[in-house]
Amino acid sequence: MPGLFGESFLDLIGLVLLFPLAGAIVNGLCGKKLSPSIVGFIGCATVGLAFLISILVFLDLLKLSPEHRLFEKEFFTWIGSGSFTAVAGLQVDPLSTVMILVVTGVGFLIHVYSIGYMHGDEGFYRYFTYLNLFTFSMLLLVLANNFLLMFIGWEGVGLCSYLLIGYWFEKKSASSAGKKAFIVNRIGDFGFILAILLIFVTFNTVDFTEVFHSAPKQLTTGSLVATVITLLLFLGATGKSAQIPLYTWLPDAMEGPTPVSALIHAATMVTAGVYMVVRCNVLFVMSPFSLTIVAVIGGATALFAATIGLAQNDIKRVLAYSTVSQIGYMFLACGVGAFVTGIFHLITHAFFKALLFLGSGSVIHALGGEQDMRKMGGLKKYLPTTYKTFLIGTLAIAGIPPFAGFFSKDEILLEAYTKGNLLFWGLGAFAALLTAFYMFRLLFMTFHGKSRMDKHVEEHVHESPMNMLLPLMILAFLSVVGGFLGFPAASAINNFLAPVVGGRGHIGMVNGGETHHVSQNLMFSMMGLSTGIAIVGIMLAYILYCKKPDLPAQIAGRFKFVYNILLNKYYVDEIYDATIVNPTIKSSFFLWRWIDVRIIDGFVNGVARFVELKSEVLRLFQTGFVRNYALSMLLGGIIIIICALFFL
Amino acid sequence: MSFPILTVATFLPLAGAIWILFIDKKKEEKIKQIALVTSIGAFIMSLPLYFNFNLTTHEFQFVENIPWIKEFGISYHVGIDGISLFLFLLTSFLTCIAILASWTIKERIKEYMISMLVLATGMLGVFISLDLFLFYVFWELMLIPMYLLIGVWGGPRRIYATIKFFIYTMAGSVLMLLAILAIHTLNYKETGEHTFDLLKMYDLDIPMGTQFWLFLAFFFAFAIKVPMFPFHTWLPDAHVEAPTAGSVILAGVLLKMGTYGFIRFSLPLFPYASHQFVPFIAWLALIGIIYGALVAMVQEDLKKLIAYSSVSHLGFVMLGIFVFNIQGLEGSILQMVNHGLSTGALFLLVGMIYERRHTRMIADFGGLAKQIPIFAVFFMIVTLSSIGLPGLNGFVGEFLVLLGTFKSNVLNATFATTGVVLSACYMLWMFQRVMFNKLSNKKNQNMADINSREWAIILPIVILIFWIGIYPKPIISRLDSSVNHLLTRVDEKYKTTLNKVTKDKEKLALKEDNVWK
Amino acid sequence: MIPLTWYLILSGALFTIGATGVLIRRNALVILMCIELMLNAVNLAFVTFSRHHDSMDGQIFVFFIMTVAAAEAAVGLAIIVAVFKNKATVNVDKINLMKW
Repeated sequence: MPGLFGESFLDLIGLVLLFPLAGAIVNGLCGKKLSPSIVGFIGCATVGLAFLISILVFLDLLKLSPEHRLFEKEFFTWIGSGSFTAVAGLQVDPLSTVMILVVTGVGFLIHVYSIGYMHGDEGFYRYFTYLNLFTFSMLLLVLANNFLLMFIGWEGVGLCSYLLIGYWFEKKSASSAGKKAFIVNRIGDFGFILAILLIFVTFNTVDFTEVFHSAPKQLTTGSLVATVITLLLFLGATGKSAQIPLYTWLPDAMEGPTPVSALIHAATMVTAGVYMVVRCNVLFVMSPFSLTIVAVIGGATALFAATIGLAQNDIKRVLAYSTVSQIGYMFLACGVGAFVTGIFHLITHAFFKALLFLGSGSVIHALGGEQDMRKMGGLKKYLPTTYKTFLIGTLAIAGIPPFAGFFSKDEILLEAYTKGNLLFWGLGAFAALLTAFYMFRLLFMTFHGKSRMDKHVEEHVHESPMNMLLPLMILAFLSVVGGFLGFPAASAINNFLAPVVGGRGHIGMVNGGETHHVSQNLMFSMMGLSTGIAIVGIMLAYILYCKKPDLPAQIAGRFKFVYNILLNKYYVDEIYDATIVNPTIKSSFFLWRWIDVRIIDGFVNGVARFVELKSEVLRLFQTGFVRNYALSMLLGGIIIIICALFFL
Repeated sequence: MSFPILTVATFLPLAGAIWILFIDKKKEEKIKQIALVTSIGAFIMSLPLYFNFNLTTHEFQFVENIPWIKEFGISYHVGIDGISLFLFLLTSFLTCIAILASWTIKERIKEYMISMLVLATGMLGVFISLDLFLFYVFWELMLIPMYLLIGVWGGPRRIYATIKFFIYTMAGSVLMLLAILAIHTLNYKETGEHTFDLLKMYDLDIPMGTQFWLFLAFFFAFAIKVPMFPFHTWLPDAHVEAPTAGSVILAGVLLKMGTYGFIRFSLPLFPYASHQFVPFIAWLALIGIIYGALVAMVQEDLKKLIAYSSVSHLGFVMLGIFVFNIQGLEGSILQMVNHGLSTGALFLLVGMIYERRHTRMIADFGGLAKQIPIFAVFFMIVTLSSIGLPGLNGFVGEFLVLLGTFKSNVLNATFATTGVVLSACYMLWMFQRVMFNKLSNKKNQNMADINSREWAIILPIVILIFWIGIYPKPIISRLDSSVNHLLTRVDEKYKTTLNKVTKDKEKLALKEDNVWK
Repeated sequence: MIPLTWYLILSGALFTIGATGVLIRRNALVILMCIELMLNAVNLAFVTFSRHHDSMDGQIFVFFIMTVAAAEAAVGLAIIVAVFKNKATVNVDKINLMKW
């Protein structure tokens, strides 16, 4: 087949994009007339095909020698004005290949899951249209070979996120959440756009390869331009990836259907910021200050979001805060220069967080839409498969070996310690403790203990259908084995990604000209330590929520102040409303009612009023008597004659 | 002489108006059909301009030059270049759309269609005139039908709105007339030839002091039309009161005349003054961007909201014009076309729900997406185009403007970029309140989704929105040589004037030195 | 032979009578007649000067004025008839719609 289309499957990369787009177009235009099963089939098949091609592309890429693993395909010039050109071109390299595999792979599973989850929904075709459009945008984001094309994908996923969060638009909370997501993302985009502008002005191109090639030559490390560019890019990343201070949209985004939360707000879109930072690692490395900021924000977000997760009662919100927290980890890794580790955690996180969200979706589905964990409990016996897969996911996120999360998280902590400092490690480790605690709190509250369900809900509890459980099982499998991608001794992912990050991804690789290996001792003691931390967290959760279920309430009662702050998410939303949203609206009203209506229009109408007043006087000359007019004519004539006689 | 395609395309609507004049006013269907056919005819006639456009030259194309009033050197000199090409096409395109959107007009159809067609001729004429006098004639010609459109077929406060619109515009254009006469006189003194020919004026070297005043006179005429802050207050009133088609034309074409005037007249005629005014205009434009967006956010009337959003968008256009680089200028021209399409479409869509519900208040709506899903899709696309989503038309222009601005002034670009955030705020908030949430208002529960005529209105615009967003190259490539030439000319003339100024200063300094010695 | 001055005095007197009549009379018909009087006074002056200067120009002018006067009388009377139809009066003080 490659012979038909060109040298190799790499030439088919356009099809990866085309299939989901075609699916979106077909479903969008005629989905209303098609039966739901066909709509679902189109939605899944297009993404499935994209996944197959991604695998072929991946295999073809492997055939090349590591330093030649970069394939670019340009289709047409998108914008060209003067010296500025942005082409519609795709780029296949190890990083983008890893991303398309994750996006199409996890995406495909979630599409399949959605058929079951969204069964019978009125807007079934609309849902799949959006979902396919999202897949297309996300693939464009990761495949683009320049900043501006990436920005299309970047905004495209934002749009789909907006549409899918507000999918049940009749709910005010849903439509507001969608709007909030879009606007907060736009604040981040403000930084991204400025970064693109600055990049173009500095390098006279927006092409990735050229920018990254000329950056080390044109800029000195630590220069102001590099710092400004990377900080602006990072602002974009904080918006998309829900980091402090722009994280507030993600918890609200849980208003969307649960598979959407799994795909967009856990596995793929929210990690786009991490992808972008890794993609621009050449630039970030040139600014130690920016890297520090990335690490600090990442670490702080990891901890901050974890603390909020402790007190939430909505199953999806807990997961949302845990997502924010986990992405914080990824940025922490990037910030200390361990870009590959960041991507590694991105992958494992995609597996286990998608699993957790889909699992929670299965629970919600079973309970007829109930999301409050206080009204769950004891579901283990009703939903055995969901429980088992969920348990695997929870173990993975908590960082218990040999599950996927252990390897990536452990590596982040190790990197934070060796490349960063004790503070970064401390942030990460404490967050890991909290993560293990609140995730097991979630697990225990949902599946263990006594049932706290309403009677009529309990009667209808049922295990989800097979097309929902199958994705769960596959993801559970991946959550178990995914970690071995980055098995410390023979890290496949490190070697694979090394060309992209220029050998800066991994401890033990060349770093600043000198090689330094981490001692085996340190590595193993770190592993032991982080496992210990996770187990402590789990034990705490076990004691509080299984052994002595009354204790949490007592603790909450004793530390009411702290508990309230956590329950209300540090009142950040309220603070933003009070300091930014409301003043903006108030001042807008002022601008309109005072500046516009009173002052400017007041002046305009004032001039008219003045003319009117003066004419009031002048119009008295119009008496309406013909003889008065005739007399004035006569007088006028006489005056003219007199003037003519005397002055001429 | 070749086929006078510009004249035919421009005066075809006028011919249609004269034809309608002789038709019994009771034959309403026939009148509408004639109006539609002639406007479509004008659009089809203008299409060859696009296909036969020569990309390699900056010279004016399809030129016709016939003496008109020889004694004063006034001639019928028309032609287009890359800058006017797309505005011309946009105008003839939007005229068809606007006439099709006027199918629901109930009273005085004959007079309405005549006004519409005369308006079309006036607008098309403005974009092709290469003679200052001819330009002025067309400029004023389009004012009258617009005045009537708002004043006769408008909403409850139409008289106030239309008089405000008329007087505002007149106040500006009188100053422009004076400036035109002044340029004519200057040219006569310089060359001894009576002429109003724009191309000859381009070579004129106007002293800087005079440039200052003449620029100011043109500035008022154009700034009111754009409209720039603080001359914008006629716009919300005019838009709110105008009938749908009037709003479409007003937003889609009339506002562009101001910005087009800056490019065609102010920049090449007064390069020195243009450069001097840059900080002033840039700040007004920035205020316009942010102020317009903020005020749009709190509007309760859909049309007012869109009107203020126009102030914000046109701020981008102004910003791009006065950065004097190719990206900025090309972005501005593209943004004019984009704004014409997306804001025109927004007004059309608002007009559609107004026809069904007879209200434009945001508070009266909510949940419409459930009742009229196809309409909602179109509304969404147009809204996204208006907020500049990449992949749709708005982004390309906006980005190029920002790029051009960034090259010349980083701070200005930073402020302008906040407009990107704010536009999302006001448009999406509006969209949420109108289309999302519960369909609670009883009166909205039997609204009909869009019919086939409305499909025909909105679909072409949406196709263009996608086309420009995804593949803008055919447009930008047609702009290139004209814009490049314009910038070089402005730059050269600016530098000669600047040299003169510095020499004068040196002389003065020498003199002073001598005095001190 | 009657001297030039006498003709001019007569012409002036007629003009003044006409002008005064236009100013002080209320009846539109009378005003119209007064205007005719003023025109004819001017005619007289023209003819006088024409004779005095031995030139035909003045006489030509008189022909024009007579035509204009005839046209004016026709239009003026028509207007008066139209006004009378509407207002049932030809008193110009009653026809004062166009005042402040």
